[in-house]
Amino acid sequence: MLIDDRLGFWQYIIDKMPILINGIKTSYLLFFAVLLIAAPLSVLAAVAKVSGPRAVRALLNLYTWAFRGSPLVLQLSLVYYGFPYLGIVWQPWTVALVVFSLSFAAYETEVIRGGIISVEKGQYEACRVLGMNFFQTMRRVVVPQAIRRVLPPTCSEVIILFKDTSLVTSIALMDMMRTAQRIVIMDLRIDAFIAVLAIYLLMASLTVSVFHRLERILNASVLKEEGS
Amino acid sequence: MGEKTQVGAGARTGDGARADGGAQAGGGARDDTAEVIIRLTNLHKSFGELSVLQGVDLTVERGQVVSIIGPSGSGKSTVLRCVNGLEKIDRGVVEIEGVVVAAVGTPGAKPAPKEQIRAVLAKTGMVFQSFNLFPHMTALQNVIEAPMTVKKIPKARARELGMEKLRRVGLDDKADAFPSRLSGGQKQRVAIARALAMEPDFMLFDEPTSALDPELVGEVLDVIKSLAREHMSMMIVSHEMGFTREVSDRVIFVDNQKIVADNPPERFFNSPEHPRVAAFLDKMLN
Repeated sequence: MLIDDRLGFWQYIIDKMPILINGIKTSYLLFFAVLLIAAPLSVLAAVAKVSGPRAVRALLNLYTWAFRGSPLVLQLSLVYYGFPYLGIVWQPWTVALVVFSLSFAAYETEVIRGGIISVEKGQYEACRVLGMNFFQTMRRVVVPQAIRRVLPPTCSEVIILFKDTSLVTSIALMDMMRTAQRIVIMDLRIDAFIAVLAIYLLMASLTVSVFHRLERILNASVLKEEGS
Repeated sequence: MGEKTQVGAGARTGDGARADGGAQAGGGARDDTAEVIIRLTNLHKSFGELSVLQGVDLTVERGQVVSIIGPSGSGKSTVLRCVNGLEKIDRGVVEIEGVVVAAVGTPGAKPAPKEQIRAVLAKTGMVFQSFNLFPHMTALQNVIEAPMTVKKIPKARARELGMEKLRRVGLDDKADAFPSRLSGGQKQRVAIARALAMEPDFMLFDEPTSALDPELVGEVLDVIKSLAREHMSMMIVSHEMGFTREVSDRVIFVDNQKIVADNPPERFFNSPEHPRVAAFLDKMLN
């Protein structure tokens, strides 16, 4: 009976697209929104972690520890189900944006911090003797160099972020993974899984090629044979 | 002041006519009318357990070229780095153009307000042994970065200024090259142009040729010599004895955390009074 009304893969996926597309939209929207929020956040946090006042550094250490040390699903659930007890009721989308951004930024802060501390002391001294203040030194000299060095690990973080959007199902949002699961259970055929697998992999390739291009542009003539 | 200028000019023509040498010898005995640009008083500095400077006194007058030489690890570079605040002093006073930029453990001496210190430090150029160019910027961008961000000079004018300074060091044709494409000597010349772009009142050179291949040393020294001819005040830490002799008004020998000799180059090289200087020169020149 299943075999008789079975459509070809492409025909079937096109048939299911109106349902699937909502999940895909959710995944992408969350992904890009988190990138947009978390990118500046992680740069700021990394700079503060390297050179901020002691209290700020301690606070940021607590933050990265908590968010890197606990499962994202648990963070989502705690905020979504726990905050109402504190009288704070957020829509699932708000929870997703806040928690994903903070979680992603926690990892990325550490990545960028690594980049910043890899910039030689001589660069700071050069800025200093030229009269540049801390902010100018960071913005014009240190961060631009750090960014180039953190591109490869950041690429991995971004790929992980896209895959991790599938965790929003824990707070009743329908991403593309969850939507595919629904379709598979309903129709008892796995074509939808294949489709989302293709999307994840495609997205990974896309991310990698975007980062490769960034690396090429930024490093063009710079870091090759970099002596000093 | 007029007399001083004459003295400086004569000393720097390199014609060996340094009859004035005696007048300038020995720290305090110099012309009182000359303007002191840097004054270090009783400088002490240690890194943890390791004491590097113990009671260094030194003055540099406007237009003077003062070279600091000595065995490695003797604290030569530290003296320079204390002048512009790259190292915090443990004790003593650092004055630049009459402004106290650092004062520790010295009754009666107090650092000037932050703004004043910043202003006076902004007139201090420094060139490092390892160049410290910004690798993500072209030569020209390196030179105009500080004029633009610190002095807020508009880009078009900063570019003019930058090209002028690059021409000054003979590298205007490399304006668009990144440091990775430059030789060591070219890098150091860009670094000098970068310092000059801030129109400094004096320059500190911290072993400017020590990281260079021997055949590239000359081009950098030539630039520094040309600065000397223009009466730029300079403090130079260097191992290039011939250059030091040619360019300096005074040569200072640092050993065992102290200044042990402060003489005009003729006297310093020809008839070293201190046995340690004699021993050092013997080693360096033979």
